[in-house]
Amino acid sequence: MSYLITKVNLKKKGMPLVVKDNICTKGIQTTAGSKILEGFIPTYDATAVKQAKKAGCVIIGKATMDEFGFGTFSTNCAYGIPKNPHDKTRSCGGSSGGVAGYVAASKTNVFGLGSSTGGSISCPASFCGVVGLTPTYGLVSRYGLIDYASSMDRIGPITKTVKDAAWLLSKITSNSFSEEKDTDSNYHRTGDRDYTNFCGKSIKGMKIGVPKEYMNLASKPVKDKLNKAIKKLEKLGAKVLEISLKYTDVSLPAYYIIALSEASTNLAKFCGMRYGLESKVEGSFNDYFSKIRSKGFGEEAKRRILLGTFVRMAGFKDEYYLKASRVRTLVIDDFQKVFRKVDVIVAPTMPIIAPKFSEIDKMKPLDCYRIDALTVPVNFAGLPHLSVFAGKIDKMPVGLHLISNYFQEGKIIQVGDAFERS
Amino acid sequence: MVVVRVHPQTLMKIKKEIVENVARIARLDLTQKEVEKFEEDFRDILKDFSKLKKVSTDCVKPTFSTLEFGLHMSSDCVQKSITNSQALSNTKNKEKGFFKGPKTI
Repeated sequence: MSYLITKVNLKKKGMPLVVKDNICTKGIQTTAGSKILEGFIPTYDATAVKQAKKAGCVIIGKATMDEFGFGTFSTNCAYGIPKNPHDKTRSCGGSSGGVAGYVAASKTNVFGLGSSTGGSISCPASFCGVVGLTPTYGLVSRYGLIDYASSMDRIGPITKTVKDAAWLLSKITSNSFSEEKDTDSNYHRTGDRDYTNFCGKSIKGMKIGVPKEYMNLASKPVKDKLNKAIKKLEKLGAKVLEISLKYTDVSLPAYYIIALSEASTNLAKFCGMRYGLESKVEGSFNDYFSKIRSKGFGEEAKRRILLGTFVRMAGFKDEYYLKASRVRTLVIDDFQKVFRKVDVIVAPTMPIIAPKFSEIDKMKPLDCYRIDALTVPVNFAGLPHLSVFAGKIDKMPVGLHLISNYFQEGKIIQVGDAFERS
Repeated sequence: MVVVRVHPQTLMKIKKEIVENVARIARLDLTQKEVEKFEEDFRDILKDFSKLKKVSTDCVKPTFSTLEFGLHMSSDCVQKSITNSQALSNTKNKEKGFFKGPKTI
């Protein structure tokens, strides 16, 4: 089913862990789903991997993904496209599609580590019917994560249950992060960073906001399913109110401008020297670098490098990069206003169920980018979010997205766990 | 090398010369088929990006990092690092303990 690029033989006993292939694993090939990194064997573990191992996890494989995280459907993969375990003609979602597909398909319990820049944990979790937890930007160390867009990249758990995700998050949370800086959030400190303490609790009295703009972007069947989920939360004692996030429609272009700008600079280092794809060193550096890069990068990586380079060029920087950075401030302020009124925001994770590969083939790049409309704003703002299984449409899973303010992972875990148990 | 200067007013007039110039800057050799494909994608995607024009951002400060963590300095002491052989372990292009690369002059 092409969930794994590299399988690891289990020699040690422990909790099986599948790791997305853009997270460095000592002695195990790490490609970021790209031919340009074929054969790269890191000499160190990413901090999150090191911490997961310390907690008793054992790596069983490195999972397929869209090249460098560039995709919504895990179809831009250099090492095989993962098929959705619920329907092989459909996508697993991207870009952590291999991890989510593997966790969903596994009959025994398995933990996964994915990464997100614009929704790459939530999207495949939603399409595969598993749990995806994306923590606050900076809460989990990015050391050892092959970067896509450094101001947004995050590592987070993909698991079968909310409690498992809470457990894994507790283990991989960076110790070096300064809690003193987080002056107005005591919530996450409760329980000494053991997020499983938020499981098994009541959500009575919690205020939950439903953004009308997000509901309007969802397809009718997804919207109907979400309304049922919201009613369930009300039955559990939550107070539900409609909210508005007015910068939703401009979040998507602003996000893509920033993400592509950062990606084009981050990918400049891949040039056929030191590691990854290489050939006989000959000709000028321009010729050699261009030859390797043209051979090693796939179509979507080239497209994003080109667009990212373009929007940073003299004459365009103000119009695109700086403008998008200012819109980012407005998007964050929009969320902050809402979090004065509610504890958690609830929305559909994705506007649709997992599409068929035949449908994806007909989509233009911009159509694919637009599918990210619901996961992008929260990633752009660096807020924590959790996707949980909310039921099925035509035998395919639908995700319920829970979003909280910075460092309040506890709240989304509390609501997600209560919803899952009900 | 032909350098094509691009002015913002040409924004919606993306031509293949622009794509070719950007590709040169990004160190990518594109086939003619790729240039034509990316030219079309550029038009579609940049048109969508232009939605931002309608947003008033006067007096709004740009955000480059969502949370200000401050600078956390590590202690000023020698720390364990990877060895020379580990650093060179992922390439065939090496000589006398150094990476071998293409000519720069």
